[in-house]
This record gives sequence, C-alpha cells and structure tokens, in this order.
Amino acid sequence: MALTNEQIERYSRQIILPNVGGKGQDKILKAKALIIGTGGLGAPCGFYLAAAGVGKIGLVDSDKVELNNLQRQILHITADIGLPKTESGKKRLAALNPEVEVITYPIRLDSTNIMEIIKDYDVVVDGSDNFPTRYLVNDACVITKKPLIHAGIFRYDGQAMAILPGQGPCYRCLFPEPPPIGAVPSCQEGGILGAVAGVLGVLQANEVLKFILGIGEMLVGRLLIFNALDSTFRIVKVPRDKDCLVCSEHPQISKLIDYQEFCSLKVKKDCYIKKIA
Amino acid sequence: MDEKNPAAHLDLRGVVCPINFVKTKLKLEEMDTGQVLEVIIDAGEPIANVPRSIKEEGHKIIKVDKVEGHFRLLIEKVG
Repeated sequence: MALTNEQIERYSRQIILPNVGGKGQDKILKAKALIIGTGGLGAPCGFYLAAAGVGKIGLVDSDKVELNNLQRQILHITADIGLPKTESGKKRLAALNPEVEVITYPIRLDSTNIMEIIKDYDVVVDGSDNFPTRYLVNDACVITKKPLIHAGIFRYDGQAMAILPGQGPCYRCLFPEPPPIGAVPSCQEGGILGAVAGVLGVLQANEVLKFILGIGEMLVGRLLIFNALDSTFRIVKVPRDKDCLVCSEHPQISKLIDYQEFCSLKVKKDCYIKKIA
Repeated sequence: MDEKNPAAHLDLRGVVCPINFVKTKLKLEEMDTGQVLEVIIDAGEPIANVPRSIKEEGHKIIKVDKVEGHFRLLIEKVG
C-alpha cells in the first residue's frame, strides 16, 4: 500500500530510520496492539503507539477517570473525570492520530472473556495494576502463543520484560504464583512517581514497535529494572523455568484462573494496588 | 544500470528536508537493485543533505548536475 503525502510527512522521522523505511511503516500501519489498562503504563504506551501509526489499538479498562489518576495517566485530562477511561483514551488517541482505529473494551478481563479479545491482536501490552489480571494475561498469552510486553511499577522502581511464548520465559517463570496476601504493600501505602510510569510505559511501546518491525533485541529472557532515584537501568537474565506451571513442556495450568483480588490491609475487592498502575 | 534512461524520476523541487530524502528513500525501496533513479532537488540545504543521506543508506550517487539553479542526481540502487 502506497503511503499518502500526509502519511509520509507524519511518519517521516521514523521512515528515515535505517530498518524502517516504507516497508517498516507499512508493517506499523497494519499492526494490531492490545493495551490492557489505560493507566500509568497503558497511557504513555498507547500515546506512542498511536503516534507511530499502529493501525489498530485495543484499550481495555473497566475504570472511570478519577482526579488522582491524572498525575501519571496522561491519556486522560481533567475534563474527562467521570468518563470511562477507554472512552477518554479513545478520544485522546483519535485526536493525536485520526488514522488509528481504536477499539474499546470497558470491561474487567477474566477467564471468560480474555481469549475472545486477544485473538484479534498481534501483540499484547500488560499495563494492568493487579496480580489477578497480570497472571490471567500471562497465561492467556502463553496458551495462545501471543507476544506479551510486561511491565510493573512501584514507587520509584519499574521493571519490564518481553514474553514471546515458546522462545523465552513467561511471567510465571519469574514469579510462579501471585504473592501471598499481605506480602506486597497496597496502593495507598505504595505510591508512584508519574514519570516512572512514563518510563516503563514508553519502554513497552518501544518493545511493541521493535516486535512489529522485527528489529533489535527484545527483552526476551531479560528483565529490565529501572530505579528512578539512582537513574539506573539494570538487566537481569531470566531463564525459562523447565517446570513452569504454564509454559513448560508439562504445564500444570491448562485452564485460565480467576484469582481473587486481595489487599495487604483488608481483603476487599478492587483494593489491591489498584491505584498504582 | 542505465544512466541515459533512469528507471524512475522524482521532481523534488520545492520539497524541503527531510521530506525530499524520505520520498527518495521510499522510491528507491520500490526499485530493483541496479536500477537508476533520477531526482531533482533544490540548491542549498537539499543538495547539502540529500546526497549524503542517500550514501548513508548504501546507495550510489552516479552523477550530480547543476541544472538551472537546481540539482539533478542520478542514484543507483544498491542492495
């Protein structure tokens, strides 16, 4: 498909890049990325993917925009408070790049709906803020062999890893099971610097674009750890777990699990680090 | 390679940097190795930048002519 003059102008600074060109831009325009969570990670990630021209972007989020989100969730603005996040996200991405098709899923993912949603996408970005979703997304992506870009953030720290099922470790190779109740501080105790969420969300967008373009070395089997206070990045090698519950040759998990949400203070739905991501 | 009969032409007079180079790059992508592209660009910034960028991409500048205040490049696609 020939690029229009407007597309050439809009994407000129990346078409210029070695290994991108018109063919690379065409790959980006045809790519389909699903972003789970439009919060601290999903917002910056979505912005950059839409800006780059990713043809179809799915936004999954069951929450509405709250004032306390705006310190880091840059897809949403003050006037959006009270709107479903998928709606304000779609509005903002469409304003940035009207070429992008944005599909909204204003729902909470669970074992009954995730497969139907991820099947339409080439790559999945996990910008979720809770362990039940994170494990659900990992397992669903492993079972369907869907590339998944993981990231997590907490206070001044963040981590990211690319999961290419069959080629490298999955999230369960790193952390086989969700942490026990009480092991991880809750949202209100934790906090997050908005810029840390931005760094990790943009790293996720970077991995997605590398995957689409087929260039560079993705973070497969390598956990990238960022510390904002020291301004350091570290890479920790992560091997595949030959006994992994979901991605090994003898997986014990073959069906998706709906873990219960939990909190370190009180077991209450939606409490667990919900406000962080 | 045929200098006399380029396989493609681009008139990029009035097209500023870096869009002139982007259009040249996109045209070269569509062409076959060894084919020649004729490009006309403006004096000043374009003639200072475009040939260098084309060379950085690995293509060969066969000829540069000054024609009525503009420049005519013959580029051989490499790779």
